[in-house]
Amino acid sequence: MALETLISELTARIPPERLLQQRPQLAPYESDALTSLRARPRAVLLAGTQEEVIDAVRLCHAHRVPFVARGSGTSLSGGSLPIEDGIVIALNRLNRIIALDPRQRLAVVEPGIINLDVSRAAAPHGLYYAPDPSSQPICTIGGNVAFNSGGAHCLKYGMTANHVLGIKAVLPDGEVVQLGGASLETSGPDLTGFFVGSEGLFGVALEITLRLLPKPEAYRTILASYDSLAAAGQAVSDVVAAGLLPGAMEIMDRLAIEAAEASVNAGYPRDAAALLIVELEGEAVEVDAEFAHLRRVIERSGAGEIRVAADEAERARIWKGRKGAFSAVGRLSPNYIVQDGVVPRSKLGEALQRIEALSAAHGTRVANVFHAGDGNLHPLILYDGRVPGALERAEDLAGEIIHMCIELGGSITGEHGVGMEKRRHMPAMFSPDDLALMSSVRRAVDPLELANRGKMLPAGQTQVTAGQHEQAVTDHG
Amino acid sequence: MQHAIPVVELGPQGLAMAKAVDSCVHCGLCLAACPTYKTLGEEMDSPRGRIFLMKEALEGSLTTEEVLPYVDRCLGCMACVTACPSGVAYGDLLAPFRAHAEKTRHRPVMEAAARLLVRTTMPYPRRFRSAVRLGKLARVARPLLPPALRPMLDMLPDSLPASAPLPERIDTQGQRRARVALLTGCVQNVLAPEINWATARVLARNGVEVVIPRSQGCCGSLSLHTGEADQARDLARHNLRVFPHDVDAIITNAAGCGSGMHEYPLLFAGQPDEDAAQVFAHKVMDISVFLYQLGIETPPPLPQPVRVAYHDACHLAHAQRITAEPRSLLVTVPNLTLVEIPEGDLCCGSAGTYNLEQPDTARQLGERKAHNILAVEPQVIAAGNIGCIMQIRKHIRGQSQALPILHTITILDRAYAGLPLLSE
Repeated sequence: MALETLISELTARIPPERLLQQRPQLAPYESDALTSLRARPRAVLLAGTQEEVIDAVRLCHAHRVPFVARGSGTSLSGGSLPIEDGIVIALNRLNRIIALDPRQRLAVVEPGIINLDVSRAAAPHGLYYAPDPSSQPICTIGGNVAFNSGGAHCLKYGMTANHVLGIKAVLPDGEVVQLGGASLETSGPDLTGFFVGSEGLFGVALEITLRLLPKPEAYRTILASYDSLAAAGQAVSDVVAAGLLPGAMEIMDRLAIEAAEASVNAGYPRDAAALLIVELEGEAVEVDAEFAHLRRVIERSGAGEIRVAADEAERARIWKGRKGAFSAVGRLSPNYIVQDGVVPRSKLGEALQRIEALSAAHGTRVANVFHAGDGNLHPLILYDGRVPGALERAEDLAGEIIHMCIELGGSITGEHGVGMEKRRHMPAMFSPDDLALMSSVRRAVDPLELANRGKMLPAGQTQVTAGQHEQAVTDHG
Repeated sequence: MQHAIPVVELGPQGLAMAKAVDSCVHCGLCLAACPTYKTLGEEMDSPRGRIFLMKEALEGSLTTEEVLPYVDRCLGCMACVTACPSGVAYGDLLAPFRAHAEKTRHRPVMEAAARLLVRTTMPYPRRFRSAVRLGKLARVARPLLPPALRPMLDMLPDSLPASAPLPERIDTQGQRRARVALLTGCVQNVLAPEINWATARVLARNGVEVVIPRSQGCCGSLSLHTGEADQARDLARHNLRVFPHDVDAIITNAAGCGSGMHEYPLLFAGQPDEDAAQVFAHKVMDISVFLYQLGIETPPPLPQPVRVAYHDACHLAHAQRITAEPRSLLVTVPNLTLVEIPEGDLCCGSAGTYNLEQPDTARQLGERKAHNILAVEPQVIAAGNIGCIMQIRKHIRGQSQALPILHTITILDRAYAGLPLLSE
């Protein structure tokens, strides 16, 4: 059998403590941060060098065995869910900073490095890495690249794709390529951009060249409470209409506030129906001027309590509460589904009202915490998985919310990716022709569908044509 | 996380164990805080990985024997609890799971012997003192001894300090502001009896009457944290009886003891002594918290400025969330400057008896801690736990450095007495 041949070849090359095959070693790799899906891989390779990754990919190709690359396993869309008849290539030990050039403001890193560790390493030079997913203390740059991760401050600075200059990658057939380079300007097609956000379907990044930015000189962080989500959503539009571009604009609703407060005591107003966090950052003079302006806009937006972070410690607490909010919702409910829909910013108020109505109609609680500035909603649908049918009901509600996002002119994912979790919504977002084109592009890079098989596009989509499409996408269970 | 743990069959602690699993959402934010994940880089040795493994074992889809190697490698430092946004009470799963597993597990002969030796000596000061002396004699035979016993010999001090036993009561200097009972501890009272003396003196100086029950014994934390629940209960029950009730607080100056005594209610859940355990645990306070809340007299300035690096013991910082109080006390000393240790929330590898049972990981963490401390060039290291003090001293010396490492309370005591800090 091809899989067993691959395993015996790997066994010959890799010491047993780095080629996990026993039941208790594999069990903890069954899920990432989407625990409703589980799959036990045949083996997990804890890669120690880039060469080992390249070797493993080549062997997988030779034996036609699918593989999943994995960093810290924090995907909320099941992006690093293993494949039962495949192997996991764990990259978390491949975490070196190969070069950090403060003059050119760039860093070349391996994929397993933790997002925040890049900023830590850059800090002595007054630089940082801007994209800040809430999981930044643990998520890896490799995963950020695969899913084009965003974060609270991507409103001003853009997503991961805007900060990756070059990628050295091993393609699914084992070929090693260099896409892009150290320069912001490239000629020809933007292959780096093509790779970023491909959800692992185009192979494994081995070295990533990242842009670093100078750390803002000053921050000003405002908390404002509102008596409805729609009012907070309107305030976001007001801020933008006033010509301001804050570093971040985030909204949390009552449930999210409750969870975050229980978790970190961030000092959020507990009686508010919605909380808006706006952060200005940049040069001190500029921030001061903008702050006066922002304050007037917020005051006129119907805010209840308005509070400004007094110092760095308070600012850190505000962000800790916001960034831990998803996980903190675990205090309110044994299970939840995180959605990641996007709506045009102008439709934010409407979208929030409709989510409230849907939640009431389904009798299912929904907590909202989201990147309001770029219209990226994160409704958390709370359910108790021990109650028969609860998961299905939660998924139905999630589906309706996603369809509403599409209807309003938005998207099914802002930053978490399609992964496994939103695959079934792809046909609502894209026409059969679109999907067929995506499959053909994928197959041009990976004809055997070995790299992260089954993510984003259903597995076995090889001969999909417009007519066959419906059947193929219902095939995944 | 969903589970099918047989809560009822697991007895009174089953509910607490299940609740910890329930509240874990598998987000992975604990990984960054976990010393073994940082050292070993594999899911099985991460908090969420261990929660998953313990869940599988309790459900029966993996055997206890299969998951124990990874559960054993957990330091119990509780850094994951500090990092966890969803409030997983990891300790409520770990300690009962270890006790549950201990009932059926098979250990290799030498490992069992080493454990027996620890279990029958360390909680008993007189036996432990004899064992230390014997151990020193046994050092010459180290190469002949089984590997399981060697780490113990390596941790032994060169000499045991002589110290008069504390009296049963120490009166206050000046007006009485409070009355407390002091836990003198087991290992610490043998290895560093001066810490208890310092504690008593500082308390008395600040108007606190100190009662030291003579018949008190080990608090049971060492046993509790290594899965010896029955022994832990026996030891704890003894102290529940011999400690007076008419005190404002029960004071400990060892982080592990404070954390363990706060776990008494879970240890005695569903047992006749549950109420007594609740009352006792409620009174337990680390010396730093008690003094901080009481407010202390400002000591005279140190003879010369001293840079002190305060080391956060995990059982203070993570298990009891005590970080500000010891620092606040230290900075009341004029001429003392605090410096922060990089990666300060990472365990030093001592972790109770961990450095005896998992010497490799303990050594890596000890070296990392020593390296981090030396990076900020302190003149003195402060810590609130005897285990950390021993471990850090060993690894600082391993780097050919001779920094004094003192208990927080010893620093205050010396400051009051006008004694220098720059020696041990």
